[in-house]
Amino acid sequence: MTDFRYIGKKRRPSEDRRFLAGAGRYVADLSRPGMLHVALVPSPYPAATITNIDTSAALALDGVNAVLTGDELAAASEPLMVGVDAPKVIRYPLAVGRARYVGEWVAAVVADSRALAEDAAELVEVDYDELPAVHDPEEAVEPTSTPVHPAHGSNILFRRQFVWGPVEERFSAAAHRIELRARWHRNATVPIETFGVIAEWNAATGLLDVWASIQMPKFPDQIARALRLPGNAVRVHFDVDVGGSYGVKRGIKHAVLAGHLARTLGRPVRLIEDRLENMRGGDMQGPDRIFDMAVAFDDDGTVQALKIRALDDAGAYTGRAPLQLGKPVGAIVGPYRIGAVAYEPISVTTNKTPQEAVRGFGQAPTNFALETAMDRVARHLGMDRLDLRRKNLLRHDEFPHTIPSGSTYDSGDYHTVLDKALRAAGFETLIAERDAARAAGKIAGVGVSCCLEPSGGNSAFEPLFNPKNETTTWMESCTLKIDLNGAIVAGMATSTSGQGHETLVSTVVGEVLQRDPDGIRAIHVDSLNALPGNSPVGSRMAIMLGGAAAGAAERLKADLIAIAAHNLEVPVEQCEYRDGDVHAGARSMSWAQLVEIAHRKIHRMPPGMQPGLQASFVMDVPTGGGLPTEDGRVQMYPCYAFETHIVTCEIDRVTGKVSLGRYVVGHDCGTMINPDIVHGMTYGGIAHGIGAALYERFTYDDHGQLIAGSFVDYLLPSAHEVPDIEIVDHCTPSPLTTFGQKGSGEAGYLGAPAAIASAVNDALAPLGVDIATLPMTPPDIADLIAAAEETE
Amino acid sequence: MKAAAFDYIRADSVDAACRALADANGDGKVIAGGQTLVPLMAMRLTRPSLLVDINRIDALRGVSDGDVVTIGTCTRHEDARRDPLVRRHLPLLAKAIGFVGHQQIRNRGTVGGSLANADPAAEIALATLLLDAEVEARSPTGSRAIALNDFLQGAMETALADDEVLTAIRCPKRAGGTGFQEIAQRHGDFALTIAAAQVELNGDGTCARIALGLGGVEDRAIRLPEIEQRLTGAALDNLDEKLKDVADMVDPMTDQHASATYRRRIAGPLLKRAIEEAVAEARA
Amino acid sequence: MSRHDVTLTVNGQRLSAETDARTTLVDFLRDELRLTGTHTGCEHGVCGACAVILDGRPSRACLVFAVQADGAEITTVEGLAPSPDSLGILQDSFWEEHALQCGFCTPGMLIAAHGLLAENQDPSDEEIRDAIGGNLCRCTGYKQIVDAVRLAAERMRKANVPGPGQ
Repeated sequence: MTDFRYIGKKRRPSEDRRFLAGAGRYVADLSRPGMLHVALVPSPYPAATITNIDTSAALALDGVNAVLTGDELAAASEPLMVGVDAPKVIRYPLAVGRARYVGEWVAAVVADSRALAEDAAELVEVDYDELPAVHDPEEAVEPTSTPVHPAHGSNILFRRQFVWGPVEERFSAAAHRIELRARWHRNATVPIETFGVIAEWNAATGLLDVWASIQMPKFPDQIARALRLPGNAVRVHFDVDVGGSYGVKRGIKHAVLAGHLARTLGRPVRLIEDRLENMRGGDMQGPDRIFDMAVAFDDDGTVQALKIRALDDAGAYTGRAPLQLGKPVGAIVGPYRIGAVAYEPISVTTNKTPQEAVRGFGQAPTNFALETAMDRVARHLGMDRLDLRRKNLLRHDEFPHTIPSGSTYDSGDYHTVLDKALRAAGFETLIAERDAARAAGKIAGVGVSCCLEPSGGNSAFEPLFNPKNETTTWMESCTLKIDLNGAIVAGMATSTSGQGHETLVSTVVGEVLQRDPDGIRAIHVDSLNALPGNSPVGSRMAIMLGGAAAGAAERLKADLIAIAAHNLEVPVEQCEYRDGDVHAGARSMSWAQLVEIAHRKIHRMPPGMQPGLQASFVMDVPTGGGLPTEDGRVQMYPCYAFETHIVTCEIDRVTGKVSLGRYVVGHDCGTMINPDIVHGMTYGGIAHGIGAALYERFTYDDHGQLIAGSFVDYLLPSAHEVPDIEIVDHCTPSPLTTFGQKGSGEAGYLGAPAAIASAVNDALAPLGVDIATLPMTPPDIADLIAAAEETE
Repeated sequence: MKAAAFDYIRADSVDAACRALADANGDGKVIAGGQTLVPLMAMRLTRPSLLVDINRIDALRGVSDGDVVTIGTCTRHEDARRDPLVRRHLPLLAKAIGFVGHQQIRNRGTVGGSLANADPAAEIALATLLLDAEVEARSPTGSRAIALNDFLQGAMETALADDEVLTAIRCPKRAGGTGFQEIAQRHGDFALTIAAAQVELNGDGTCARIALGLGGVEDRAIRLPEIEQRLTGAALDNLDEKLKDVADMVDPMTDQHASATYRRRIAGPLLKRAIEEAVAEARA
Repeated sequence: MSRHDVTLTVNGQRLSAETDARTTLVDFLRDELRLTGTHTGCEHGVCGACAVILDGRPSRACLVFAVQADGAEITTVEGLAPSPDSLGILQDSFWEEHALQCGFCTPGMLIAAHGLLAENQDPSDEEIRDAIGGNLCRCTGYKQIVDAVRLAAERMRKANVPGPGQ
């Protein structure tokens, strides 16, 4: 492997410092002169016709500037984007005529302070006629169900039966078949910062400035389109620090609402969700899925074919929710050699909060279902689950490997990673300890999971799920300049929510230009100054922003060499670039000299070269560009990172409470740009996965009321619940990327729920019961244990 | 999430606090640590027109010795937990407080505030119930003592009148071992169920005195007098057998986190663990 | 609604402003005193992002009304460094271990850890986890935070610094 100077080395992330000093600049920290504050009036009903809105009492309150209703906003704006071909599923920031979930924004109140806005919101009188609602996705999939959007005609947003390979033939021929159902309930990444936005309209310049806590592809374009403004009339400031996102900070409806208010009121408007608004009306809840799986396999454990039906509850509207069924197509067989797959993704509407993108974009639930199936196959055969996995895992020499659904996996060494993790965990000892605990009357288990993190984030699921959408690129860009004093500034077209993009860019640029990254400033330019980008989704930034930064740096390096060659009067090929200086034999030109020439001495520049030192690079997704075949095969993401989790648990026989013990994860995301950053995201992803497996659920009651709508009832794991975690690194470079890097931002979350479920089921196995529903709460597990003990 | 508007006064004496409450005609509320009240106000689930702050009344803070241990209502959890008198004479209370929320909650929340809030799953209510504590309440017309069992009237309901201020908790001293077993979803959450035991042993190892209780099961902390009677004088062995009818003695609630069936099923086994913990401590 | 003059000693500086009774301490610090290092995450006392040292102990600033804190001494994240261009040992240890990502929970974490190290200069991992157990972080899975607090304790013991200060 290439020996890097800065990449892969310990380096303190540059952005950490400001956060540690309390000098982060989050949207709620910003204040604009004359700024007004928004509070929302939520629907108390899951489905109701809005018959009248009386705003007079609210408007009469001192300090209240405006109350906006859905009808008014709809008249002045375009509907929000729909991710699939469902043009009648119309959505505006405020409900128009009909409320479709509890917490849906029905009106917005603008006042001098947030407290006053809340006072006034209570005074907005809304008359509703309650309508029949649909809460259960299995009911929603039926043609007889009450449609959430009558104009759409049914609750089915997307449904397609994909068949890739000889599925039925293999099911008929296989020695064994099992079926199972796996249930993934709604959770989300729930950042500690809620979503917030400030919008300010300048009538004199015709410019809408937007500061937002954002992680959203094409955010400025969507705001402009919805507000009927030209794209160059919206300036999104990407230098706002974002207090965590992990997928969910999309905020289009918030920004359109605030933008409209700022424009009509002529004053800056701030909308910072409070936690209640965030949980019920922030539209950030994640996938909510029922998997019906069938597996066909041989006596020796070779898995021949899979059938997967994934029914997903998208909630009341369709943003990008259905597409979260699309990304898993790119790794639909996981890390295994499975030659035939049938996949039926179904996305339905119900009267619940709309679903939004969550870390992994649907991959974590799919991995959970796949790994649950693998454990069941092993149990069915009485086969060791590691042997089963080793049998089916792709071997190092099988890459690149194309799976039935059309994606080619770039590289991997799954067996080595698995073995390294097992060794680090002392797997045999863990099993012996488990058995000793069982002998002492305890309920103990060891869990294993193997899974992939597709990375590089193109959007091939868009054309796959909507033939009218021919998006085939999902570019990212970087601008770079060396100033007159020789300092380097890199610009990126995105905000950051903790992934360390400033460090990523400065490290990569430093690597290419052989300059100390600590002296390189990486900034977030605003959307009018930025080249196109698609935000840090899909574990793509190491690949895409890293690639763009490297591309721009290579261009500057070439310029420096060209200037030196011209001045030294030698061919470029005789020049050697070292630490920013350029050498030709015994002669050389220093960085300072070259910079000086570029900025001041055009007469010493090669003919035709522009003055100054600046470059930009717009990177296209490696392997991108293809549209799906008729049977729905497409290259989804370019790079595939691998992870394997090993976790032990003990279950309290009485209370059903699960305690996690040892936690080891083997992780291969190719070349790591900054190991501390990669490790940090992996630890955090595992903590998310622990939440999904054991604690977190947006629970609704039978009447569609969200009853886990605060941090009292929606349970985020604390330092007590997350055990110490050990990461075992391995590096199989990607052949497709600049430095061999793959993506890693979703690591941990993708495999932890499956591994913990595996551990719990291993523990329960001697009792003859199992559970395939997440989260697994103490009462759920205790009820199973009690039932098992009763039948004994 | 901002509280509805209210007026605030800082009382410099209990009498002043009582008078202010009386003047508010039932629309006033005492704020002590505020760790439960403030969130409820922020969510506008409660909206007093007047908040009477008793935090600066010196007489309401601290722990004092006598025939019983007296804890000022505004004594913060962490101060009570660390207090030498509490640790020596009321070890069950010290242990229980360790289960209350997190350190930052315990740094600000108060013992009296927890009792006055009367959450069914509150640790302090259960511990003080087992300790046969009584509380002192003051109104503009005078003071009265209320046994804890009478004070706790239901979920978020106490015997306090609108113009009364809880001033102190008086706990008889208890020797012996203590057991406190709590199942919460996460560390620091309100319990799904708590079982507690306070045990004194005779020289021969039989039970000289026992207090047992459950929290988070019914709408308030409860004692189990029948079981206590059964175990007093007996050897504390074969507990499965001796506790097998606990499930029949409770009338548990169902909420989103756990069913009545679950609570009923685990009550006895958790109680057993609490007794075993207390016995081990008493023997140590 | 009553309005009140509130004077606080924040990070050693006496600061005053008039505010509504219903203004919480965290809103007062952020909106009136413009000390935005302390964050609001849930406003109902669960997440710990708003933690400050209030009269010597870490407390949740969303669960105290500003008027109640009149006259109190408060330390916020802005007061943890010895000077604007340097970091304290605890902060530097967080940097060394990359004990943060988005930085939003970080001020509360630092305050919680600061409170621990003021009382206990040789905490076990369990004690560290207990001290930060009321502060939710969604980025780190807590591991690097525990590592950082342990490192800070070691460094302070070596430097013989009394308390986590500077």
